[in-house]
Amino acid sequence: MSKEKTMKLSLPEEELMNSGHLACQGCGATLAMRYVLKALGQRTALCIPACCWSVIDGPFPYSSLDVPIYHCAFETAAVSASGVKAGLEMVGDSETTVVAWAGDGGTFDIGIQALSGVAERNDDILYVCYDNEAYMNTGTQRSSATPYGAWTTTTPVKHFKNRPKKDMVAIMAAHRIPYIATASIGYPEDLVKKIKKAKEIKGTKFIHIYAPCPSGWKCRPEDTVKLSRMVVQNAIFPLYEIEWGDKYILNIKLKDKKPINDYLRLQGRFHHLSEKDIAFMQEEVDKKWERLLGFVNKCQ
Amino acid sequence: MKKKKETQKIVFKTEKDFPLMPMSVGSMLYNKTGAWRNIRPVIDLKKCIQCGICWKFCPDVSIYIENEWPVVDYEYCKGCGICAEECPAKCITMVEEEK
Amino acid sequence: MGNHALSFGAMLCRVQVISAYPITPQTQVVELLSEMCADKTLDAKFIKVESEHSAMAACLGASLAGARTFTATSSQGLTLMHELLHWASGGRLPVVMGNINRSMAPGWSIWSDQNDSLSQRDTGWIQFYCANNQEVLDTVIQAFKVSEKLLIPSMAVLDAFTLSHTYEVVDIPEQEKVDEYLPPFKPPIRLTPDEPHAFGGLTSPDHYFELRYKLQKDMEKAPALIEETGKEFKQKFGRFLGLVDDYCCEDADLILITSGTMGSTARVAVDELRKEGIKVGNLRIRAFRPFPFEKVREIVKNAKKIAVVDRNISYGHHGVFYQEVKSSLYGHDGCPPTFGFIAGLGGRDITPSTFREIVQYALEKKRPEEEIVWIGVKR
Repeated sequence: MSKEKTMKLSLPEEELMNSGHLACQGCGATLAMRYVLKALGQRTALCIPACCWSVIDGPFPYSSLDVPIYHCAFETAAVSASGVKAGLEMVGDSETTVVAWAGDGGTFDIGIQALSGVAERNDDILYVCYDNEAYMNTGTQRSSATPYGAWTTTTPVKHFKNRPKKDMVAIMAAHRIPYIATASIGYPEDLVKKIKKAKEIKGTKFIHIYAPCPSGWKCRPEDTVKLSRMVVQNAIFPLYEIEWGDKYILNIKLKDKKPINDYLRLQGRFHHLSEKDIAFMQEEVDKKWERLLGFVNKCQ
Repeated sequence: MKKKKETQKIVFKTEKDFPLMPMSVGSMLYNKTGAWRNIRPVIDLKKCIQCGICWKFCPDVSIYIENEWPVVDYEYCKGCGICAEECPAKCITMVEEEK
Repeated sequence: MGNHALSFGAMLCRVQVISAYPITPQTQVVELLSEMCADKTLDAKFIKVESEHSAMAACLGASLAGARTFTATSSQGLTLMHELLHWASGGRLPVVMGNINRSMAPGWSIWSDQNDSLSQRDTGWIQFYCANNQEVLDTVIQAFKVSEKLLIPSMAVLDAFTLSHTYEVVDIPEQEKVDEYLPPFKPPIRLTPDEPHAFGGLTSPDHYFELRYKLQKDMEKAPALIEETGKEFKQKFGRFLGLVDDYCCEDADLILITSGTMGSTARVAVDELRKEGIKVGNLRIRAFRPFPFEKVREIVKNAKKIAVVDRNISYGHHGVFYQEVKSSLYGHDGCPPTFGFIAGLGGRDITPSTFREIVQYALEKKRPEEEIVWIGVKR
């Protein structure tokens, strides 16, 4: 032990998530929760629909978080959060940040109606979608967030998912809510900054967090953070914010965009893809990136 | 900064001990997930540059900071290997657990 | 109108969060509540959701946070909420809901029958069936008192159009008196960061059974509590709200068992028939859940025959009230021959002559000759 320097931590120190939870080794969703709670602090209430986190938190009568949780019905994350917020305000608590914490299934698919309703009314909640790109809790079935080309149990290799990932951020932008942001657990400081920013805004905020799942993606658990960086660097999951549905802010400008090949190779769910498939996917990523740059440039 | 919370497994003897609705009355800290792992991280403090990255990226909150140095909490560490993968000084090695 | 009686009931109870979606014939309930919230007659948040499922979800969230919540719906909306009705009772959340009994589609029908609310009988909600607009208003107040004491949700049920849209003179209780009868909602546990709990997490076979046992045990306290709060209501407001509403049953040879508005139509029939010398009585069941076993057994034990009239049917079995009445009498003394009649589905009128036909049939036959007697079906 040589130099005794003080450690400068880049994130708030306080832990509101405890060890002992039931997540798989290397779970991206737990890192997402850990960071979001660091950003929000203890005066937070979570509404968690059916998703991995309904199980990760631990069974009755235990919990692994130091904030209250309402385990709500699958479709209702967003509107349950609205209800909790309204209830808390009526009993005199307008300080607590109410968060709907849902997976991609409960956001893109079964939960989209409630979310759209909440966004249209601009209810004062923070909606966080941690995206592991399939219905992981029930064993890796496809969702509309599953990317093109991926294997899942309902899109087997001979019939891999041949529809693009639903552009949830664009759908939320169409609702003209005050704040939308994408985030990745590979960039925790950026994630914490965005959550803190969202916390101060009144109205519906939507944060889309990329959260790898080693179990479902058939990748190594130690690669979780690495994948979360690569996905930003190759523009599959760019980091940007949208204010009021039309002001686009790009957070990480890519000087040299990496090809998607290396990223795909690290995940078993993409191993069946041919050169032609990958070339097609690369083209789609490039097109999407150009389109995003177009929106961003219009706002300069 | 070491976690000092300790908890017990909860056992209800009769229905009168149950809360009225299903709600948590204890912490998952009773669940020592260290039993899950096959490999364990070993930090070589001589090479450690005290950057805090291992602490930052642990999904199980199993690396804590003590006296400005990272320490692995082997009671909970699941052996995912993220800390070893992310360490910029490459001072963490994943070592097979002995049974 | 009956719908407005629901709104006034909710207003007097100082509900704090309302979340509802319009559906014929409930729309006037939420329209009036919307106005009341807008002009601050009622200090409440009104969440204008995009479906009934979301309406109940929002109510559950608000109730868990500790607020008094109310909603209203009917048929398709009620059944859309079905999953969450289980959630309300299992979560011990005392939401009160007004349900307008409307027939289930297909085909689209906006008129009255009871299948919608009765198909929710197993969800763990307390159910009150109302026969006039005064009772509707009063029931909302009593429902909150009972629900918040037991932490079990309840619904006040009224017939589509016959009650929801009919104007009657209703006495609106004074706010101060209601405040005395129904104090503010102070749940023992609520969702707050001050005391964090995870509500409704994964519950294994080791634990689920006891939690549901507790729900049933508390539901078993409801009959006594309904009678008690009903007596208190009489003391404060002059009207008794009990488990049942019995009329001329003490010396009756034949007792009609009814519910909802047909229960008050039956009284007219009873008066007419009594004038003709027929000793008939009417037992209107007001609280269907919890089922008033004791009261029913006590009232029918001296009757020679019972005629249960159902404005609903459980396909493959019989009318629901018929099944429940029969099962409550099984094995007990005083179990007279019980006739089961189905009438009024899809809103077909039930009039005093309907009852006349029913009584005539029941008097003619010694015992029921067919399981279900359909009254009014064109055959």
